[in-house]
Amino acid sequence: MSSLLQSDSDFGGRQRSLSESLHLDLPLLMGLLTLSVTSLFVLYSASGQNMDVVIRQGVRFIVAYCILLALAQINPDSIKRWVPWIYSIGVLLLLAVIFFGEVGKGAQRWLDLGLFRFQPSEVMKLGVPMMVAWYLSEHTLPPDGRRIFFTCIIILTPVLLIAKQPDLGTALLVGGAGVFALLFAGLRWRLVFMAIGLLAACAPVIWYLMHDYQRQRVLTFLSPETDPLGAGYHIIQSKIAIGSGGLYGKGWLHGSQSQLNFLPERATDFVFAAFSEEFGFIGILLLLVVYLFILMRGLWIAAQAQDTYTRLLAGSLVMTFFIYVFVNIGMVTGLLPVVGVPLPMISYGGTSIVTLMASFGILMSIHTHKKLLGRLY
Amino acid sequence: MSSHNTIKDHFRETQLFNVRAVIALVISLLMVVSLVARLIYLQIVDHDLYTTLSENNRFHIAAVPPTRGLIYDRNGVLLAQNLPSYALEILPERVKDMQQTLDGLAKLIKISDTDLQRFYTQLKHSRPFKPIPLRSRLTDAEVARIAVNRHLFPGVDIAARLIRHYPQGGLAVHALGYVGRINEAELERIDESDYDGTDFIGKTGVEKYYEATLHGHVGIQQVETNATGRNLRQIEQVPSEPGLNLHLSLDASLQAEAEQAFGKNEGALVALDPNTGDILTLVSMPTFDPNLFVAGIDNDTYHGLQTSKDKPLFNRALRGRYPPGSTIKPFIGLAGLEYGVVSPDLKTYCPGWYTLQGDSHKYRDWKKTGHGHVDLNTAIVQSCDVYFYDLALTLGIDRLSSFLMNFGFNYKTGVDIAGETAGLMPTRLWKQRNLHQPWYPGETLITGIGQGFTLITPLQMAASTASLASYGKRVIPRIVRAISNANTGKVEDIPPQLDSPVPMAKRENWDRIIKAMVNVTSNWHGTAYRIGKNAPYKIAGKTGTAQVFSVKQDEVYNAKELDKSLRDHALFIAFAPADNPQIAVAVIVEHGGHGGSIAAPIARKVMDYYLLKEGKLAALTTKGAS
Repeated sequence: MSSLLQSDSDFGGRQRSLSESLHLDLPLLMGLLTLSVTSLFVLYSASGQNMDVVIRQGVRFIVAYCILLALAQINPDSIKRWVPWIYSIGVLLLLAVIFFGEVGKGAQRWLDLGLFRFQPSEVMKLGVPMMVAWYLSEHTLPPDGRRIFFTCIIILTPVLLIAKQPDLGTALLVGGAGVFALLFAGLRWRLVFMAIGLLAACAPVIWYLMHDYQRQRVLTFLSPETDPLGAGYHIIQSKIAIGSGGLYGKGWLHGSQSQLNFLPERATDFVFAAFSEEFGFIGILLLLVVYLFILMRGLWIAAQAQDTYTRLLAGSLVMTFFIYVFVNIGMVTGLLPVVGVPLPMISYGGTSIVTLMASFGILMSIHTHKKLLGRLY
Repeated sequence: MSSHNTIKDHFRETQLFNVRAVIALVISLLMVVSLVARLIYLQIVDHDLYTTLSENNRFHIAAVPPTRGLIYDRNGVLLAQNLPSYALEILPERVKDMQQTLDGLAKLIKISDTDLQRFYTQLKHSRPFKPIPLRSRLTDAEVARIAVNRHLFPGVDIAARLIRHYPQGGLAVHALGYVGRINEAELERIDESDYDGTDFIGKTGVEKYYEATLHGHVGIQQVETNATGRNLRQIEQVPSEPGLNLHLSLDASLQAEAEQAFGKNEGALVALDPNTGDILTLVSMPTFDPNLFVAGIDNDTYHGLQTSKDKPLFNRALRGRYPPGSTIKPFIGLAGLEYGVVSPDLKTYCPGWYTLQGDSHKYRDWKKTGHGHVDLNTAIVQSCDVYFYDLALTLGIDRLSSFLMNFGFNYKTGVDIAGETAGLMPTRLWKQRNLHQPWYPGETLITGIGQGFTLITPLQMAASTASLASYGKRVIPRIVRAISNANTGKVEDIPPQLDSPVPMAKRENWDRIIKAMVNVTSNWHGTAYRIGKNAPYKIAGKTGTAQVFSVKQDEVYNAKELDKSLRDHALFIAFAPADNPQIAVAVIVEHGGHGGSIAAPIARKVMDYYLLKEGKLAALTTKGAS
């Protein structure tokens, strides 16, 4: 009798843990929570111990985690049907920004919807990889020449619209997200190298098309010392903050560069410099380990995915996340030019956190909504 | 067949993806390695270089604190200004050995234990990289000594800043208030960035009420500093916006006259212009020197001020709550006329006491032998208690309270000085809520002569007197007449603010009361005849004597003290000239005995000074003649 009950409960399914019934992926969630907590501590210090900043960021995290939880419940298949619509509406919104957008800090990125303002370019960070994954998954892989051509159009349309705002950093990341999907789809290496060569050849043309301040950033990147009080100030102060942090750092709340207001944008794009000054090389290594863990877990989820669409989407989303980390740290340490890219999950600011958490919500949904058929393989 | 193909494709695609994912991971790891290499280069190889650069970091953003607005009296006499002062500051992060530094400094300049104590408390609570003041008000010699030896003390700096100074000392201190160091509770309230570099904030009086106006807005400068954090050169600056100057309605010389008139007595006086609500003087005696509080008062002096028997820190004019005594009678008389419960000619017999029906308790008149048959006029002139017992009972507490509340009893006046408290006008509801008891008729009786629960502040009493003088018009008392901007020279006059007027039934009722009040000072039976008999203008007044009952429990030890503290408070309210009021006064002399003998003469001095010496009366008559 008792064995019968036992087998009965086995047949009905094993005891589902809380994280499973909520469609959450526990390892990924732990990684994200670690970053969120770190963010609050770093921001408390970098904001000059302003509790308001910490509370505002905390509220954003709560909102973002709610969005993550909501998206994780939705079966990826049901979103898939809507992908072309999401993409098209995104493109229309980008057009709307150009015509009706609000100007903030010299660029048109915001769309005022009465109730709230938002950046359509953020939607495209999810919209483009979804569209590319959807389009490529319709046929067998690797894609043929005609498909590659249309994929390029799918990617370039929003990228050019965002670059026009102008928001070069986001344009490159949105483009990157599409390209990753294409690469995961098995784009032939020959073509990859050809594209890189073509891009290098086009460099002078891109230079010509750039805004003055963008050119200035590139020049400053090449030799920051030429303009110590102007555009190079960011990079010089950032390097001093990181370098003076040393192996162990100066200790939480004791970074003189960040506390004495030398370091500009120390709570937003340059938060990594404030972190490095106070927590040192050891602290950075720990932070990088968390980022790498999230990357690896994400790729593993992608590899476990059951169909082409979810696999490409998951791979491209997690790689975009990683590129964020790389570009931000590269920029702050002076390896890359200054493009306005926040450090994922750590920098102060709402939109980027919400978009990131949404993408992790999709990842979790891909991992936890598997078809019974899939289990047979 | 096709399903077989799908499965085959699926395997192929999975494999293709997995290969790509591994490649992506490898590339990502390489990228991380490149970042780590870069960080090793910055944080370990070049660490010393960047540490040096960080210590020498030359460009620094510093706050430029604004200059606090000045305060003038109505004739342009300076009441609050800013004087340059040198303070010694220490940036703890730059100091190698704090004890050694403090010992070394102590050899050069005088550092008291209070200074050290405050320094250590601030050191514990301050944010990193904020300079902490050690000594303020350095003398020139001390500044020179520090300057010569400065190289010995990294992290020590002399900051020149402006410090609040009150050139008139304790004059009008309870109106002006003073500034003091910002405390933690205040830090919570203010916009911290706007107070960057400012140590002081208005603590009381006008200085507190007009804090936002006086403070101004902080500026920003970019400065080049050297290795020890000293400013070398200013590069760029957004100038600060100085605070605005205040022009008070207060008359400094009148204030001095009033304070002098009190002599050694404790008490309060408020004089208003009934037409504008201008506060001409606001006295609370004794006073104290507000300059003590600016530099940071030492504990002994502060303790002395706080525990002193005569309570100099207590703002009697704004916060002192006294029973109004007989000064309430004109208002109650007016209530009787306006409600029509008495006619002016109705006489009440006063045998010297009053009893309620069915109660043997005798409510006594101040005159044991009684006043005989008195009408309203006589009752006010001679301050007959029995008449008002009877009138109060006829009116009832409900009508009585609501009529007096129309005059502002029970409420704050809304004056633009911080710290005002409200008086108390008892009602049935109030008593039920606060004492959980019903209202007794005996309480109505004593309310009629200003005893019992009723409490007033001197300011509110002056305001009510002004409303009586101007037939119910109620101007909110105010002390700031104009605000000027020193930079632009723009002066903004502040118009008088009106409160809802006292409803009037018949103007002749008011005439009668005012006439009776004039008789108080001009009729030889009047309780204040001694101040009215030789006055060149008509004074409408009313004396009062308030029993001190609450003190009994407090002081039972010292017989001599007991005697004085049990003596009644002397009160007097007045306005003059009675037919064209220019000044309304309320005076309270604590334990001064009878109002007519001590409070009224003080009021007379103030009115004389304002109307005669300052020529207000002369100006009026010439205006009237032309």
